[in-house]
Amino acid sequence: MIVSVRTPPTALPPPPCRGWTGLANRGGWLPTDDGGSASLLNGDAGQRGAGDKRSGKNGFVKNHCLFQQPHKYRRPREKVRPPGPGPPHGSVFRVPGAYCCRRNMTESSSSKLLNGDAGQRGAGDKRSGKNGFVKNHCLFQQPHKYRRPREKNHNVVRNPGLYNKPFVESFEETPLLVAVLTYMGYGILTVFGYLRDFMRHWNIENCNVARERDEQKDFVPLYQDFENFYTRNLYMRIRDNWNRPVCSVPGAKMDLLEQISYDYNWTFQNTGKIVRDVINMGSYNYLGFAQNKGRCADAAIQVTEKYGVGVGSTRCEMGNLDIHEEMEQLVARFLGVESAMAFGMGFATNSMNIPALTGKGCLILSDELNHASLVLGARLSGSTIRVFKHNNMVSLEKLLRDAIVHGQPRTHRPWKKILIVVEGIYSMEGSIVRLPEVIALKKRYKAYLYLDEAHSIGALGPHGGGVVDYFGLDPKDVDIMMGTFTKSFGAAGGYIGGKKELIEYLRCHSHSALYATSMPPPVAQQIITSMTTIMGEDGTTLGADRLKQLSENTTYFRRKLREMGFIIYGNDDSPVVPMMLYMPAKIGAFGREMLKRNIGTVVVGFPATPIIESRARFCVSAAHTRETLDTALEAIGEVGDLLQLKYSRYRPALPPALGWMSEESHLQD
Amino acid sequence: MAFKTVTDYVAWLYYQYLLVTGIYVLEPWEKSIFNSILISVVAMAVYTSYVFVPTHVRLALQFFAGVFGGQNESAMTLMS
Repeated sequence: MIVSVRTPPTALPPPPCRGWTGLANRGGWLPTDDGGSASLLNGDAGQRGAGDKRSGKNGFVKNHCLFQQPHKYRRPREKVRPPGPGPPHGSVFRVPGAYCCRRNMTESSSSKLLNGDAGQRGAGDKRSGKNGFVKNHCLFQQPHKYRRPREKNHNVVRNPGLYNKPFVESFEETPLLVAVLTYMGYGILTVFGYLRDFMRHWNIENCNVARERDEQKDFVPLYQDFENFYTRNLYMRIRDNWNRPVCSVPGAKMDLLEQISYDYNWTFQNTGKIVRDVINMGSYNYLGFAQNKGRCADAAIQVTEKYGVGVGSTRCEMGNLDIHEEMEQLVARFLGVESAMAFGMGFATNSMNIPALTGKGCLILSDELNHASLVLGARLSGSTIRVFKHNNMVSLEKLLRDAIVHGQPRTHRPWKKILIVVEGIYSMEGSIVRLPEVIALKKRYKAYLYLDEAHSIGALGPHGGGVVDYFGLDPKDVDIMMGTFTKSFGAAGGYIGGKKELIEYLRCHSHSALYATSMPPPVAQQIITSMTTIMGEDGTTLGADRLKQLSENTTYFRRKLREMGFIIYGNDDSPVVPMMLYMPAKIGAFGREMLKRNIGTVVVGFPATPIIESRARFCVSAAHTRETLDTALEAIGEVGDLLQLKYSRYRPALPPALGWMSEESHLQD
Repeated sequence: MAFKTVTDYVAWLYYQYLLVTGIYVLEPWEKSIFNSILISVVAMAVYTSYVFVPTHVRLALQFFAGVFGGQNESAMTLMS
């Protein structure tokens, strides 16, 4: 008989001491000596049965999940707080409304947990049955079966022990009325879209979009007609918010060409005027290195005088300059990896290197919100792609387990390799990947990890080292570190870092290494100069100042927006700040009203976001001063009142400082 | 939002109506089509309710008077 007692949904208690495996080794097949701790650190699954888990006669414990399953049923809007032995190593508090969770962990216990991912899992009072198996094998527990459909499950607290700092994320749910009105708005616009398409089809009005000529009518259509319905009938009406020519450095402030359209955005005419000093809240200029003066620009000019701008060959032929070698060594040092290589285009770095790494018979596990370049790369590789829910470790673990248990479809051969593909900061949600948990899973299930740090490199972490630096993890735990120079470094291109063998392999097999023209020397120099500045190797504190400024700006900007009552998505430390607009007309209205107030913003609609979750996305930069941010915030507040954008039902939000205090008091209780 | 005049307030309300229904992004002639359809539908609804609701209410009252009302006069005469 199997006696399996479901564990209460506790966070994993940290091991009391190194040799703690021996405490409850009832299964009979665990190493009982203290020396077992060494093997525990490797995260071997065999050492699972520790703690007071009791295994049965055959020594197996049934619950194999690293992350345990919380209650099956919970009340709809209730937040999860880990019951059980939470407070000392992981505690959660609620920010009203936004399901926030805070994870707090002392350094010592976190480091232990990080090493012994699976091995130290078996603590708690799990009991296995007579045959020694515990039924739940998951690393991460599954969340409740019941939840309201629109509720996002990003915020369920799991394994707080893996984090060395509070991990505060919020994704406030869409108010029901707003959702209904948004759908109604799209319905009305769709009806009018059909009306206009009907008129275009019968030549009642002039058709401005690409279409077949009359002579080609019998051919297969080249321009897919209905596919562009959204572009033609919704995007075109508010197109003046995008593609606006900038005629200066897009730093903290920029100049825009003034444009006017006489035919409802089908064509634009320049008025000849320039809108000066528009505050730039849209560029990915996180550290403010998009400059035309200063050390970086001077160095780039010198290099241009020495090498010129174009190289005219690929890296493997005549395009490999000493400056490229120097840059790659610097990048490897910056990332803390053995070796690195750079590519001329960030998008191609993803889309051309994933096919070099995986192929037929491999499995790619991809986050549902991964960037188009990762999706394209995964598709080009010909591997099987499975998608897990955004930042949801339970979903990822389930896919991993299924992949290992069932193998390839039909043949049931094991997969050749499994590659987990995640991003550091998701640029549309502002969320940070739960990297410690991903790494724990990757180690346990022996998969590879591809981390795209396009937005996070330079922008996160005490040393600007991206999400790995932010969580204080070892870069060697990530197999493939990818990132771009486009954003924080104010240059262009992308890189891949990892083990020496990996880079050697990619140099010979990646299309973007073999066929792409090598990076222009001034761009390489810009990367070198900005990177040495961030690392402080230039002997100044300029880089550290910028990092500090960025993190202060981020905290300030997010807090102010939340206090004003806007719905803000994402992690509190992410410099990407999405602010929800929801209704289709408000996308256009927000962009226009902000530009009237001399602030340039990026507004995002349907193909890039779910249909009802249109948003404005601000990117905070170290180049923004407090005054600039205040001006922008004032304008945002004004426009928010005008357009009724302050949807949040939880005002005033609890400022983070207060949150910490409440947590402390909770601990004292 | 603080408004100086009633006109401002009405203008703001109309702006909200444009935004919520999504017709803010439409061209003027499309806006007028939408508005005229909406106005005619509302007008018809108001008109029909004006014409038919009193009759319905009266009939309903009569019905309920029949169900819950006391005895009629003939019953009274019988008793006396």
